[in-house]
Amino acid sequence: MIIKGNAHKYGDHVDTDVIIPARYLNMNTAEELAAHCMEDIDKDFIKRVKPGDIIVAGKNFGCGSSREHAPIAIKGAGVSCVIAETFARIFYRNALNIGLPIVECDVARLGIESGDEIEVDLSGGVVRNLTRGTETTFPPLVGMAQTLVEAGGLKNLVRKRLGVD
Amino acid sequence: MNIAEKLLANAAGEDNVKPGQFVNCKLSCVLANDITAPLALEAFAEMGATKVFDPERIALVADHSTPNKDIKSAMNTKLMRDFAREQGIRHFYEACGGGIEHIILPDKGIVLPGDVVIGADSHTCTYGALGAFATGVGSTDAGAGMALGESWFRVPESMKFIFSGQRRKWVTGKDLILFTIGKIGVDGARYRAMEFAGPVIEALPMADRFTICNMAIEAGGKAGLIAPDQTTVDWVTPRAKREFSLFTSDADADYAEVFDWDAADIEPQVSFPHLPENTRGISEVGDIAIDQVVIGACTNGRMEDLEAAAEILRGHKVAEGIRCLIIPGSHEIHLEATRKGLVELFLEAGCLVSTPTCGPCLGGHMGILAAGERAVATTNRNFVGRMGHTESEVYLASPYVAAASAITGKISGPEEI
Repeated sequence: MIIKGNAHKYGDHVDTDVIIPARYLNMNTAEELAAHCMEDIDKDFIKRVKPGDIIVAGKNFGCGSSREHAPIAIKGAGVSCVIAETFARIFYRNALNIGLPIVECDVARLGIESGDEIEVDLSGGVVRNLTRGTETTFPPLVGMAQTLVEAGGLKNLVRKRLGVD
Repeated sequence: MNIAEKLLANAAGEDNVKPGQFVNCKLSCVLANDITAPLALEAFAEMGATKVFDPERIALVADHSTPNKDIKSAMNTKLMRDFAREQGIRHFYEACGGGIEHIILPDKGIVLPGDVVIGADSHTCTYGALGAFATGVGSTDAGAGMALGESWFRVPESMKFIFSGQRRKWVTGKDLILFTIGKIGVDGARYRAMEFAGPVIEALPMADRFTICNMAIEAGGKAGLIAPDQTTVDWVTPRAKREFSLFTSDADADYAEVFDWDAADIEPQVSFPHLPENTRGISEVGDIAIDQVVIGACTNGRMEDLEAAAEILRGHKVAEGIRCLIIPGSHEIHLEATRKGLVELFLEAGCLVSTPTCGPCLGGHMGILAAGERAVATTNRNFVGRMGHTESEVYLASPYVAAASAITGKISGPEEI
């Protein structure tokens, strides 16, 4: 699967409180949450983001709360993939569970700036910065992470286990 | 094997597990709260599940927006209440008789040593203080756990933190964990289990142990763990209504990293905005005027924390213009604090005493900060906008430091009182 979109760049330790502030956590739908996505780190994000765009960040993306509202808001905003140097583990697991593609790779090597056009070959394990002509590889997902992506998220796996499908 | 490995191996029915291995574990308990449960229950339904695996092993706690702060929150709590009734889940708690999830689950004996627990709240790692493998997950994982009674885990590498030497007066579990996070950073234990050990930890009461394990997630940890000992057994025995098991690390257990710290070098800590890793000793804080103090949360809303605050506030008044919020962690703690005269002491000192809620910790409900305001809080996070406006600031500290700061109106150590 190949994803292509423009980058929105952030730094290290982007936490779940800035991805979706707690004051909106009484809401549960992707549309409601997406309207406030990244609001406390970048108040214009939701005005700028276009379907297919890619969030690029440094270390420990999604640290903090277990709120699944964070990846739901990102996916709901039309973001096709989050690329980061590393992810916080609960966010990583939540993203896989709901089917938000995430890529852990050497972001610095890509020299990405906001607005750059990025191409991600999810199955091939390559990220290309088409604007700057740089690329880097990332290791394939293993174990349950791979199983979850292949199943299209945790709900499908459980449906199979329960004999619903 | 170390404790984390033994707990996961036991729940997976394996003799042996190694870091990196994927295992399927039977769950002793699945938790969700009023923020995460609505999505978990939606996921549960979408998975085609109709019955929870065991109504006795599910806990639903409405604590973040409680007493319900608005209609949407009330509807979320109603979803939980209706689901609990329909499924026969006894462990449903809300405003009256309830409290903060990570305080009431251990207090009511719902989680026990030897358990493997998932909770749709990042601070689920608190229960590692009992010698349980407990970790935060999202709503979909919680929904799946409720349906299946099991969950997959990647066995984490473990890090060991040994505290030796003489712990100084006024240095609490909160200071030890803030110090640890300051040393290794907010992603220093990412994907790993953090095991706390050594004579200083062994001498700590359960309240401090819960505080330490609670904040493992603030270093990125998957779990925080303390080997269960006589202190644990004495605390758990009157609460437990089922069998529990004690797992401790083998002498030759493997660790990815081992840290050995002398507690004598550690003074009360303050974590500066906007990351829990920005810690300084109280002597290096300088003059920082504050507007609000919050004493409570799943980190420090236990009886021992209120007693620590009372020790400082007794006979003093909160400085003019400072709002000091004191929030007992559960209905029982509120009642005990009232009976012991602590509530009266706090009110006379000029504090506000709230019913149990997580509200202020995450800027969701009560005690929200305006632009430019500063708070000293015993909560666990100080991210941008955590307690309100993005231009407000949260400083994390122990109940001693928080109470002393309320009296002086600036960040202060208890020795200044």
